[in-house]
Amino acid sequence: MSNAAVTAAATSQATDAGKSALARLSAAFIGRLVIIIPYLWLVFFFLIPFIIVFKISLSQTAIAIPPYTPVLDFGDGLSGFLAQLKQLSIDNYTWLTQDALYFNAYVTSVIVAAISTVLTLLVGYPIAYGMARAPATLRPTLLMLVILPFWTSFLIRVYAWIGILKPEGLLNQLLLATGVISQPLIVLNTYTAIFIGIVYSYLPFMVLPLYSSLEKMDYSLIEAAKDLGCPPTSAFWKITFPLSVPGVIAGCLLVFIPAVGEFVIPDLLGGSQTLMIGKTLWNEFFANRDWPVSSAVAVILLLLLIVPIMLFQRAQARAQEQDK
Amino acid sequence: MKSLGSIRRDFAPWNDPNAKPYIQFDKVTKKFGDFTAVNNLSLTIFEREFFALLGASGCGKSTLLRMLAGFEEPTAGRILLDGQDLRGIPPYRRPVNMMFQSYALFPHMTVENNIAFGLKQDGMPKPEIAARVGEMLKLVKLEQFAKRKPHQLSGGQRQRVALARSVAKRPKVLLLDEPLGALDKKLREETQFELMDLQQSLGLTFVVVTHDQEEAMTMADRIAIIDKGEVMQVATPAEVYEAPGSRFVAGFVGNVNMFEGKIARGEAGAASIDAGNGITIRTENAGDAATGAAVAFAIRPEKIKISSKKPAGAVNAIEGEVYDIAYLGDMTVYHVRLDDGHVVRASTMNAARITEDPLSWNDRAWVSFRPDAGVVLTR
Repeated sequence: MSNAAVTAAATSQATDAGKSALARLSAAFIGRLVIIIPYLWLVFFFLIPFIIVFKISLSQTAIAIPPYTPVLDFGDGLSGFLAQLKQLSIDNYTWLTQDALYFNAYVTSVIVAAISTVLTLLVGYPIAYGMARAPATLRPTLLMLVILPFWTSFLIRVYAWIGILKPEGLLNQLLLATGVISQPLIVLNTYTAIFIGIVYSYLPFMVLPLYSSLEKMDYSLIEAAKDLGCPPTSAFWKITFPLSVPGVIAGCLLVFIPAVGEFVIPDLLGGSQTLMIGKTLWNEFFANRDWPVSSAVAVILLLLLIVPIMLFQRAQARAQEQDK
Repeated sequence: MKSLGSIRRDFAPWNDPNAKPYIQFDKVTKKFGDFTAVNNLSLTIFEREFFALLGASGCGKSTLLRMLAGFEEPTAGRILLDGQDLRGIPPYRRPVNMMFQSYALFPHMTVENNIAFGLKQDGMPKPEIAARVGEMLKLVKLEQFAKRKPHQLSGGQRQRVALARSVAKRPKVLLLDEPLGALDKKLREETQFELMDLQQSLGLTFVVVTHDQEEAMTMADRIAIIDKGEVMQVATPAEVYEAPGSRFVAGFVGNVNMFEGKIARGEAGAASIDAGNGITIRTENAGDAATGAAVAFAIRPEKIKISSKKPAGAVNAIEGEVYDIAYLGDMTVYHVRLDDGHVVRASTMNAARITEDPLSWNDRAWVSFRPDAGVVLTR
C-alpha cells in the first residue's frame, strides 16, 4: 500500500470520527435543549420580571413616565450607569416597617389565608374522600363536576356571590322565607364573605390533589386495620389520613399561596373595611401610583411565601432521604 | 395397615362423632345483587385444623373467607365460631385475623409497627408489645429488618411480615387469602412447609383460600372443593385425590382418565363397565352404583401401566397407539390413542435410568390397570 493511500484512509477515518463526534455533540445539544426550554421560560417570564420589580422597589417615586427614578439607562456610559446605581436605596423597605398598615395587612392576609385553607380542607376532604370511594364508573363524572366551575369566568363567579350574600340577596331571602331568621344577616363586606369566597373559589385546588392521593390508596389497608381490631374512625386517623398527607400538603399550598395575595375576592366581597395585602398593593399601584412601594410590597410578599415553601421542601427531601 | 394415599393420619377430628365443631357455616347464602356468590353452603371446620378452600377464581371461596373475617355479612344462614353466632359482629371485634392476598402492609409504618398495630389496638402494655413483636420477628426470621418500611423489602419478606402481623394477636382462627400467590415457585414451595410448621407450633386453626391444588394438597388437613358457591366435596387430600366424589372433583384435582359407560354389578363391590366399542372395564370400587346406571370410571394416569406387549394375566388391558410422549425427568407421560379414538394418559415413574422396554411415537402399546386402581363416579 502506498503512503498516499494510507494517508487517505487515515483522513477518511478522521472524518468519520469527526462526523460521529459531531452527531454525538448535536444529540447532546438537543438533549440539553429539551431541559433548557423550561429554564428559559422561567428566566424570561419569572426571573427577569422579578429583577425588574426588585429594581423598581429600590427606586424612588417620581412624577414622570415611568413614575420612578432612576431609570437605568446604558446610554450614559459606564460611569453614568454606576451613578444611577448609587441612587438605588432600600428606603421603600424601611418605609414598609414604619407604617403599621403594611405589617397589619401582611398579618391579616396570612391569617385570612390560613383560616380559609383550613376551611377549604375541611370542606374538600370529605368531597375528595367520597369521590375516591365512589363506584369507579361514577368517578370521571364527579371529577368533571369539580372542574366544571372553571368553565365560567372567575370574576363572574365571585360577582355571583355578591348576589347571594348581600342583605337582600338569595341567602337572606331563603332564610327569611323559611323563618330561620327574622333580620337579614350581614355577610357581605365582612371577613366571613371573604372566607366563603376563597373556600368556594379554591375548592377544586384542594379536592384534586386530595382525590388523587386518596384514590391511589389500597382499600384492603383499611380492611387490614379493621381486621387487626381498629374501629373505622380510628382506622381513618391511623391509616387513611397519614397516607393522604402528601395530598393534604399539596392542596393546602395550592390554596394558601394564592389566597395570601388574593385581590379580587377581598375587594368584591370584603368591602372597604378589610385589610389584605393584595388590596394594599393594588391601592399603592393604581390609587397612589407609587410603583416603588408597591414593588417592595410584592417582593416581601414573595419572600414571605417562598421561605416556608423552601423550608417545607427541604424537610420533605430529608424525610425521603431517610426512607431510602 | 392399609390407608388411602400414602400417609397415616393421627389428627382426624372429622371422623370423631363427638368432636366439637369450631367453625360452622350453616346454610350460608351470599348474594351480590343478582349474583349468588355462595349458595346454601354448610361446612364444618375443627380446632387446630389446617383447612383449605380450593376452587377456581370466582367460585365464592374468597367470599367465604371475607364473611368469616366480617367484611361481608351472609344474606342468609349463620356462621358460628366456637359456638358464637358471628352475625352483626364487626371485623374489629372478631377473634380472627386475616392475611391478605395483597399483604396490605401499612406503607407508612415500619415492619415493627406493622406487627405491633393489632397489639396496640388491644391496649397491650408496651413492654409486652415489644416482647411479642420481637418474638414474631424471630419467628419469621426478620429480626434485622424491624426498622425497614415495607417498600424496602422483597416480596418474600413482605409476605412474612404480613404473616407475622396476622398471627401476632394469637387469633382463634387465621384466615389466609392466597397466601403464596405472589411468590415465585421455589419460594412458594419452601413457604408451604414453613406455614405448616408455624401452624403446628402455634396450634392455631388455619383457613386458607387457594386456587392452587398442589398448595392445598401439601398444606391442608382437609380440603373443601368449591364450585359456583357450593361445596363439591370436603375430604383429606388423599381422599380427594384417590376417592373423588364426583366427575367435577376428579377432573379438578390432578389429571384423570374418564370412561363413561353403563355399569353391571357383580359380587362384593365388583362390577364391570361397558364403555362402548368393545371396551369393558372391571373394577372393585363400584361403590353404591346400581346396575344399569350411567357412570364414569375415573383412573389417575400414574395407576395405568403402559407396555409394548399385552401383560400376562392383566384384568384390564386395552390396546392403542402411542401418539404423544412428554419426558419430564422424574417421570414420563404417554398419551395413548385407543383403537376407538379415546385418548388415555399414562405416566410412568422413571425409577431407573435405563428403560428395558422403551416406547416411541406411533408404537402399538397396551395400557393396563388393576381392578382396584380406579373409582366409579355416579355424579
